[in-house]
Amino acid sequence: MKIDKSTVDRLAKLSKLEFSENEKVEMVEDFKKIVGFVDKLKEVDTEGVKPLIYVNEDVTNVVREDEVRGMLSRKEALQNAPEKDSSYIKVPKVLKKT
Amino acid sequence: MKKHSDFINCQKNIFDRNVTCLEVVKSYLDRIEKKNNLNIFVEVFEEESISRAKQIDKKIINKSAGKLAGMIIAIKDNICYKNHNVSAASKILKNFKSTFSATVIERLIEEDAIIIGRLNCDEFAMGSTNENSFYGPVKNPLNNNLTPGGSSGGCAAAVAASLCHVALGSDTGGSIRQPASFCGVIGLKPTYGMVSRHGLIAYASSFDQIGPISKSSYEIDIVMKIISGRDEYDTTCVFDRKDYENSNLDLSKMKIAIIKEASFHNLLHADVKKSFSKLIESISSDGHKISQISMPVLNYLVPAYYILTTAEASSNLSRYDGIKYGETQRKEINHWETVIKKTRSLGFGKEVKRRILLGTFVLSEGYYDNYYSKAQKIRRIVQQKTDEILNEFDFILLPTSPTIPFNLNQKHKDPTVLYLQDVFTVQSNLSGHPSLSIPIFQYKDDAPVGAQLIGKKLSDQTLLEYGDFILKNYV
Repeated sequence: MKIDKSTVDRLAKLSKLEFSENEKVEMVEDFKKIVGFVDKLKEVDTEGVKPLIYVNEDVTNVVREDEVRGMLSRKEALQNAPEKDSSYIKVPKVLKKT
Repeated sequence: MKKHSDFINCQKNIFDRNVTCLEVVKSYLDRIEKKNNLNIFVEVFEEESISRAKQIDKKIINKSAGKLAGMIIAIKDNICYKNHNVSAASKILKNFKSTFSATVIERLIEEDAIIIGRLNCDEFAMGSTNENSFYGPVKNPLNNNLTPGGSSGGCAAAVAASLCHVALGSDTGGSIRQPASFCGVIGLKPTYGMVSRHGLIAYASSFDQIGPISKSSYEIDIVMKIISGRDEYDTTCVFDRKDYENSNLDLSKMKIAIIKEASFHNLLHADVKKSFSKLIESISSDGHKISQISMPVLNYLVPAYYILTTAEASSNLSRYDGIKYGETQRKEINHWETVIKKTRSLGFGKEVKRRILLGTFVLSEGYYDNYYSKAQKIRRIVQQKTDEILNEFDFILLPTSPTIPFNLNQKHKDPTVLYLQDVFTVQSNLSGHPSLSIPIFQYKDDAPVGAQLIGKKLSDQTLLEYGDFILKNYV
C-alpha cells in the first residue's frame, strides 16, 4: 500500500496527535518500514482459523453482583485533575454559544 | 556477596535479632545512593522505608511479622502505589500521584515487604533498551557502556547491583526476561491470568503480566506465592494461588524441545550461539532428552505481536487527554480538541506516538481484517503450536535474546531492527504460557547471555525449580 504524508495526517487526526513537518517526514519513513515488516503476515495461511481474542478462552467468564461500593472519595478523584473546582473537573468549552 | 543481599540469610538474621530491619534498609539506602550514577531509581521512598522498617522491627519483637519481613522490593514505575507518584517514565504522567495501590503491592505490604522505591523503564513499557524513558537511560551495572535491556531495565539493573532483593517488573513481549538476560539475573513472566494486573498502567492488556526479577529463583518463588491468585479487581486474573503451587515433577528426567528456527536464526550472535550450544550439550550429556523441533511460525511472531499490542495500546493510551489527570497544555487554549492534541503530542515520546499510530492504522476501516484480525488468527496458531509442543515435552528451551547487550546510544535508523530483538520472547506472551529467563554465561567484557524456558500453562513453579536445577548443575 501507498504510505505518504496524507496517511500520517489521517492517522494523527484519528489518534489526536499532531506532528511538525519534519516529524511527518520521519514518521512516513518509519511507517513504510513498519508496514513492510507487518505485511509479512500475508504469507501465513490462516484459512479456517478463528481469531484468538483472549488466551484463556477455555476459562468460564468471571461475573459478580453489581453492587454499589465506595472506592474513591471525591477529593481523591479530583486530586490529579489539572483544572477543577470543589466538586467537578473543569473541561474546555465543547459546545459553542448559539 | 554484598551485605544482606541474600534474602534467606537476611531474614534469618532479622528474626534471630542479629540485625534489625532498620539496619538492613539503611544499608540498602546507602548502596542506592552510591549507585546513583546508573540512573536506576526514578524515586527512592527513603523516609517511608525507614519508618516502615521501625514498625516491622516492633512486629518482629511481638512475633507478629509477615512472611516477607526483611524483604526489600523495588517496583517498576508503571505499578501504582497509593499516595506515591507513578509515571510510566512518561512526561505525560510526570506529576501523577496514584489514588490506590496495585493488588500486588497490597499483598506484598500485607506480608511486611518494604517497597523502597520506583524504577526507571521505557515509556509505557515500550522498548528494549530503556532509552525511551523521560528520565534518560539506565546504565547496565555490569558494564556502564551497555544497555540493561528493556523495558524493565531499571528492575534488572537494581537486582544486578544489589539495590533490592526482588524487583517487580512487567512483561508484554519480553520486558522482564530480556533485561534479566542482559543484566545476568533471573526473571519470570508468569502464566497470563496468574497475577493481577489491577494497578499496572496498561500497555497491551491481553499480553501484560507483572512478574518478579531476582538473583535467586527461591526469592521469586516466595514473592509469587504472595502475589499470585484471583483478584476481584481483575477479571482476567482467573487462576487460584494453589494453581501456582503445584510443582511435583521429577526434575532429573525432563523432556526438552529446542526450536530449529531459533537455533539457526540469522540474528543469533556468535556468543549467544556458543553458550547456548554448550548448555544444550551439558544438559543432554546428563541423560535429559533434548529434541529439535520445527516451528516455522517463529518468523511471524514479532509482526503479529506488534499489530496486536499496538492496537491495544492505541486504545489504552487514549485516556491521556490532559483533562482528567496528568500533564496538560490547557493554558491559553480554549478549544477542547486542541487541548487534547497538544497535551498528547508534547506529553508522549516518539516511540509511544509511533506505536499509537500503528495501532490506529491496523484498527482503521479497510485494514482491520488484513492486519488486526489476521494477527489474531496467527495468535491462535501460535498458541496451538505451543500447546502441541508442550503436550509432548516438559519445556521449550531457547535463548532469551538473540544478542548480547548492545552499547547505549546506538542510533537505530530502522525501528523494526529493535522490534526483532523480541523474536524469542513474544511467543509466550502471544500464547499465555509462563516463561523464565536464567543467566547461563558471562563473558570477560561483562556481557551476559540468558536462556529461556517456556512451560505448560500453570507450570510457573516448576519452571523456577527446573531453572534452578539447570543453574546448579549445568551452568
